[in-house]
Amino acid sequence: MNFDDSASDAEFRSEVRQWISDNAPHEWAQDLEKSIYGELNPSLQAADSLDVAKAWQKKKYDSNWACLTWPKIYGGRAASAIQQVIWSQEEGVYEKLARPFFLGHGMCGPTLMEYGTEDQKQRYLPMMASGEEVWCQLFSEPAAGSDLAGLRTRAEREGEGWRINGQKIWTSGAHQSDFGMILTRTDAGVEKHKGLTMFFLDMRSPGVDVRPILQMSGHQDFNEVYFDDVIIPDSQRIGEVGQGWQVSLATLMNERLSVGSTMPTGFSELLELCCNLSVDGTLAIEDYAVIDTLADLAVRDSGLKYTSFRSMTSLADGNIPGPESSISKLVAASAMQEIAQFALDIQGPSGLISGQDSQLAEGRFQAMLMRSPGARVEGGTDEILRNIIAERVLGLPADIRVDKGIAFNKIPSA
Amino acid sequence: MQFDFSPEQQQLRDMTRRFFSESDSISTTRKQLEGETGVGQPLWQGMAEIGLMGVITPETYGGTGAGYLELCVIAEEMGRGLVSSSFSSSVYLATQLIIEFGSEKQKQFYLPKLASGECIGTFALNEGATCLSTPVLKTQAVNGRIDGLKKPVPDADVADFSIVAARSASGHNVDLYLVDLKGEGVAIDTLSTIDPSRPQSVITFSNALSEPLGDAKEAWDRVVNIMDRAAVLFAFEQLGGAERAMEVARDYALTRMAFGRQVGSFQAVKHMLADIYVAVTLARANAYYGAWALSVAADELPQAAATARVSATQAFQLASTNNIQVHGGMGFTWEFDCHLFYRRSNALALSLGSLSYWKRRLVKELQNGIHC
Repeated sequence: MNFDDSASDAEFRSEVRQWISDNAPHEWAQDLEKSIYGELNPSLQAADSLDVAKAWQKKKYDSNWACLTWPKIYGGRAASAIQQVIWSQEEGVYEKLARPFFLGHGMCGPTLMEYGTEDQKQRYLPMMASGEEVWCQLFSEPAAGSDLAGLRTRAEREGEGWRINGQKIWTSGAHQSDFGMILTRTDAGVEKHKGLTMFFLDMRSPGVDVRPILQMSGHQDFNEVYFDDVIIPDSQRIGEVGQGWQVSLATLMNERLSVGSTMPTGFSELLELCCNLSVDGTLAIEDYAVIDTLADLAVRDSGLKYTSFRSMTSLADGNIPGPESSISKLVAASAMQEIAQFALDIQGPSGLISGQDSQLAEGRFQAMLMRSPGARVEGGTDEILRNIIAERVLGLPADIRVDKGIAFNKIPSA
Repeated sequence: MQFDFSPEQQQLRDMTRRFFSESDSISTTRKQLEGETGVGQPLWQGMAEIGLMGVITPETYGGTGAGYLELCVIAEEMGRGLVSSSFSSSVYLATQLIIEFGSEKQKQFYLPKLASGECIGTFALNEGATCLSTPVLKTQAVNGRIDGLKKPVPDADVADFSIVAARSASGHNVDLYLVDLKGEGVAIDTLSTIDPSRPQSVITFSNALSEPLGDAKEAWDRVVNIMDRAAVLFAFEQLGGAERAMEVARDYALTRMAFGRQVGSFQAVKHMLADIYVAVTLARANAYYGAWALSVAADELPQAAATARVSATQAFQLASTNNIQVHGGMGFTWEFDCHLFYRRSNALALSLGSLSYWKRRLVKELQNGIHC
């Protein structure tokens, strides 16, 4: 029962630590420490921060430190899962610079590796790993979020290629992406899962229209993407026609490798706030009501951390982590929301004040309040995650599906 | 990163689980609950035969000298099996206190007998509403004689001796004494409690003969450390009980039919069980944190122990409460085992001090950690 690296992992760690120390963009460290959700600095233009991110990614790539677990021929290092975890730990704040490449490296790349042709892999994976080309994921639609297989964007045969019409939504980073991996419907006359096909396309193709969505937090990370008679060649199809659903599942294995980083909950900032804030003449942390809530939040935060250590242990042994990691986002997202609300409560009326005008923690908690509702929905809603735990971990029956065994074009919808 | 029990410790877990399952420990617990006396003997014998009581006792004193990690593994299985025995009093408390404080003579006298199971010990600390956080005890020792009232005291009904916490001469601290519970001036009455399968008593000491426990004078800080260790061990019992209650609920939800389908196919039930799984998973992670801190005598043991206790208490109470809920009306019957888990979860939530104490302790440690 220890937290030690094996001898070879320790050697790897010190090599990584040295390289990062010698090469990381330290001039951005302070801004990165303070950044909330990857924004380098609220006053920097989005374009500038992408340049900084790309520069760091290219530097890593040139020294074989990009996409560590990928095969070397595709730009990686063929490292083990635990080495990827070690890298993430050592990269620390600089990992926030990898956000624009998250979907590409975590989803699009692995999908190509499993289902793409050799030509596709050779052409696209190295440029994806180096950050020279940025990818987005075009899956969700207005009528298909939790029920992704109910998507409607269609791809119809057009000579040697395909014609795409429809709309995607919640597409993170579409505004700065070069390519997008898109799941489409190629046959509406069969059961919904069976009529899907995966493609990728150049985001600057004629007919592609990216429109930012303004989030309740005031930021614009997501987009709607409209497809109006977009023509793409068949060489950009991934997997077989009708195999789209299986192809989309390729990312699930890769999600397990993200166990190395725990989602932030804001607990340590809350603890610091309680230690320093006086409420009616008493330090918040001396008040039992505060102690009671802090303790409840502390054990959730601690439980998340040590759950990820258990998963890392499996990886270090060369095994797939167990189902315990399925609780992470479910616990972290609502913990963050509760922490934000509690932090505001102890600030009293001045908890209303946000941003730079807030004199407490630079308005971080107010930002967390506005961001956390999204965290409870994206990447699987709390309710879907509970269903997944109940069904896949506890073995309880699946929900009754009224759209099973029916052709897609016969399923009732709004 | 090796944040897990070793293969050998996992084998010990498997063996211990098999033992309690084959001994049908839950049956013994039910009989104890229903007031049958002497039912625990065969189980206690069996536990002694496989050496469970001696895992933290050094070999020189008749134990196996294994260690805390082994004891954590055993504790989890005791929790899973809802075992009814004086193991926690005799091992987590009495054995620990003697190893920590006892004179050489006392160690040589008591430890081998505790390790073999032939002798049972306990710790008399509580005095009704006394809070664990301040030594405001009324029990006093004068010229080697103890006067006072202790309640509740776990397992005093079967224990041969007790370590007793008494107020120091200074008035602000605690001294520890050894008392023969069969001696004069000791009156023991079993109390009616919410979990009769883990008996609690009231002890009235009237001029009872005692001997000081080794060098345990003005010893409050060290007593608190022993309670921290016990908190981790109890957390493993609570974890085992919580996971077992979750499984029982899940199994019932798979078999019980209503409205033409398994009750476990309804989302309300699925989500209730998913939430229990989350709580149990967090509790496991936090208990392991406690196990690590115990095994290396970490400076952060107080923080780890409090974290483990709060997390495990919450998980076990949630699991046992909603186990009843999933069972519907049948969950409310004496006949079904649901109330055994419910009683145990609520008793373990209290017997080592309530969550208000442990939450205060946790937050104090967190404050110290950031030099607040």
